[in-house]
Amino acid sequence: MNKDNTALNRRSFLKASILSGGGMLLTVSWLSGFKSADEAEALNVPEQWARLNGYIHIMPDNKVKLICPNPEFGQNVMTSLPMMLAEELDADWKNVTVEMGPHDPAKLGAQFTGGSNSVRMYWKPLREAGAAARQMLREAAAQTWNVPVGEVTTKAGVLSHPSGKSAKYGEMASKAAKVSVPKELQLKAPKDFTIVRKSKKNVEIQKITSGKPLFGLDYSVDGMLIAMIQHPPAFGMKLKSFDAAETMKMPGIKDVFSVKLYEDGFEQGGFDTRTFNELLVVVGENTWAVMNGRKKLVVDWEAAGDIKDTIGGRGGKREVIVPGALESTTSQMQQMQEYAAKPAQQLRKDGDPESAFNNAAQVIERTYNGPFLAHNCMEPMNFFAHVTDEKALLAGPLQAPGWTEPTLSKLLNLPADKIEIQMTRMGGGFGRRAYGHYLYEAALISRKVKAPVKLMYTREDDMTYGIYRPMYTATYRAALDTNKNLIAFHVRGGGIPEHAIHANRFPAGAVDHYLAEGWQIPSNITIGAFRAPRSNFNAAAEQSFLDEVAEAAGKDPIEFRLELLKRAKENPVGKNNEYDADRYAGVLKLVRDKSNWNKPGNEKYNRGVAAYFCHNSYAAHVVDMVTRDGQPYVERVYSAMDCGIVINPDAATNMVQGAVVDGIGNAFYGALTHKDGAAQQTNFSNYRMIRINEAPKSIEVHFVQNDLDPTGLGEPPFPPVFGAVANALYKNKGKRFYNQPFMGEMDKAI
Amino acid sequence: MAKVTLNINNKDYPMEADPQMPLLWAIRDLAGLKGTKYGCGVAQCGACVVHLDGEAVRSCVTKVSRAAGKKVVTIEGLSETNSHPVQKAWQEIDVPQCGYCHSGQIMSAAVLLREKPNPTDQDIDDAMAGNICRCGTYLRIRKAIHTAAEMQKKTAAKS
Ligand code: FES
Ligand code: FES
Repeated sequence: MNKDNTALNRRSFLKASILSGGGMLLTVSWLSGFKSADEAEALNVPEQWARLNGYIHIMPDNKVKLICPNPEFGQNVMTSLPMMLAEELDADWKNVTVEMGPHDPAKLGAQFTGGSNSVRMYWKPLREAGAAARQMLREAAAQTWNVPVGEVTTKAGVLSHPSGKSAKYGEMASKAAKVSVPKELQLKAPKDFTIVRKSKKNVEIQKITSGKPLFGLDYSVDGMLIAMIQHPPAFGMKLKSFDAAETMKMPGIKDVFSVKLYEDGFEQGGFDTRTFNELLVVVGENTWAVMNGRKKLVVDWEAAGDIKDTIGGRGGKREVIVPGALESTTSQMQQMQEYAAKPAQQLRKDGDPESAFNNAAQVIERTYNGPFLAHNCMEPMNFFAHVTDEKALLAGPLQAPGWTEPTLSKLLNLPADKIEIQMTRMGGGFGRRAYGHYLYEAALISRKVKAPVKLMYTREDDMTYGIYRPMYTATYRAALDTNKNLIAFHVRGGGIPEHAIHANRFPAGAVDHYLAEGWQIPSNITIGAFRAPRSNFNAAAEQSFLDEVAEAAGKDPIEFRLELLKRAKENPVGKNNEYDADRYAGVLKLVRDKSNWNKPGNEKYNRGVAAYFCHNSYAAHVVDMVTRDGQPYVERVYSAMDCGIVINPDAATNMVQGAVVDGIGNAFYGALTHKDGAAQQTNFSNYRMIRINEAPKSIEVHFVQNDLDPTGLGEPPFPPVFGAVANALYKNKGKRFYNQPFMGEMDKAI
Repeated sequence: MAKVTLNINNKDYPMEADPQMPLLWAIRDLAGLKGTKYGCGVAQCGACVVHLDGEAVRSCVTKVSRAAGKKVVTIEGLSETNSHPVQKAWQEIDVPQCGYCHSGQIMSAAVLLREKPNPTDQDIDDAMAGNICRCGTYLRIRKAIHTAAEMQKKTAAKS
């Protein structure tokens, strides 16, 4: 048992109250022990992140209702978070129901889904909430039975005493609510878990298979209108004038107007990114009416020119100039080449890389490129808003309600307590729904038309709007001595509008002479977090480069990495190395063993391996490729993960398998290109997505077994897939592929 | 605008609709059944698949006029108790992640299983290639369809 002192460890309070009709409601609220320093990556999480609360309801009929504070986008938090509560509560899982909580920062804290952090940030607090409730129930039973509390035990929602007395939780719940909240808690040791580590089905599976209205697009109220925005045809353009006469004649059209999202000088929060500021809006009775009406608009667009944005948030207020040029992929590539030749910002330096390279027996230099990627969540962006002069109700798919509310409050001039945000299930997120512009747009539209409105992006609107994964490049250099040892490593990365370099990640720490540099090119093409931001390119480039270096050194790619990790563990270079070399090596060894790497029986496959650390978890994959119908096909994948304790093994496996499929798809096909500012891919007809016939036949997922606190899984398995695919492709085609998407490069090469 | 009656899940829905309106929007906006999903609107993703007189069609490119007088079945009407073998298999294998694509996946799979009660992986890939899953649940979709085929056989053997 781990002892936790709730009073001393954190400013904490747990409040119990009795529900009308009996039963217990436990409110938990505290500053958790979450370290914001760990979260430097991903999403620049603001300070209020660490505040967290949870709810447990126990009803007289013995039902336990758990409120999930974090929005669900397929990472299965609606199941895994309540499992943690139920574990320490010793609830009977069969009696547990789960509800998604509304945005309620006072009671539920910063409800944020992203950065692979839900499980990690809630691990301790939710177990404490469960343990506190359990202790109060025991206390209530002890008082009722007049026995020492230490003799009261719990199991699956039942309290018992050796004398033979027993009661269900529901019977004691009202009384338990009056018991004072324990000062000290007993948390279970991992060996005593009965719910955590046992696979539990998705708590919403029945609703999904029967088509219940779970998603934002499904949210509906009487009298709700549909709105769509006609955005400019290209990045760098804006609305000049419009004629809505024909549109207004169309059946079902209610209104056409333009509305400004941010007034000049408006201080935007870090996640208030928007691509177009002046919105041309069509509102009508139903989707089809608005789609048709919108087609009849006569619009003049003009070049927006350079735009000045005011960005607030961490580091204070600053002004940013967004350049007005109409960019094309060819001009972007040219610009990247120019920048790559210029001096860059030094991000980390160990030893004396310059002389090491000068004195090297062999230098390998390779450049890797990756395009913009669209998130393409299956459910396009949308939000419901009903705004009046007094209050606002918003409902829809959103990863970070806490980040949008302050901006919304400013835009609507309404205090936060007059704004209600409900989070629906999200049809995918991948980082895209951390940017709340579509919620603000919906709110302003509703205020203008004085009606409940659903703002809806069509697939074309969604894909051509921006907030993409940035366009990246990176040049890697490796120096080998005469004994083929890696003595120096240099990466210089750039991107539009930011580079992907994580300077303190492997192989930093494993090489005596190391240099990381970065540069970036401002652009009007908006970008956002995309499943494992930056890592999703880094891992691809670095892991294929290491493969090539291993080959030059005459070493097996896994052994080569393990040797470097041994060095990083025993005699690390530099102080600030983000990864744990043992855990990193652990996933490589596990995937080596499970895939029978270098063992007979795998001759038919072109095998590629890669490993990566990001978002506090470790991942390695072996990708087995064959040629099928003249095309490379990933037939089989072995994955090894170390994310500490695995809360819900089957769901975790699902997540890793999905990340592998997603990785193969994006590595092979993903690309968003531009011509004269316009996105050239507009729908799934020209943005190729991986389909079932291209998915592997098997993806075997293995987890390192340990009792470490759990870390996330939504992102970590994704980045190394790209590298493993690239390395298998080399074996398959006999040549290296440096430019994503690989299929695009291959088409050109063939 | 024209008066039209759609029969959806064995219930008549009289409505005023543009005959050109895609069935998808008639189902979602006019009949108010939200199980059928919009993903692309151009017959590329399969999120909108419904059954029209037993055939799997993409409702985003099927005009209301074509559906009039026919029987439309949506995910809500696939079974009364969420118990079609495909639904049961989806539950058993716990297929979904975000879940958004799965109405369409299930509706496509149900027709596949009727046509080919014993589908091979190849049959599944051929029949399901029109349904995109952004979350990448394809391996579980294959597995669940095999499971559903087994369930279907057992039920058939019993009756
Ligand atoms: S919405 Fe009909 S196929 Fe995509
Ligand atoms: S489960 Fe998310 S799109 Fe298929």
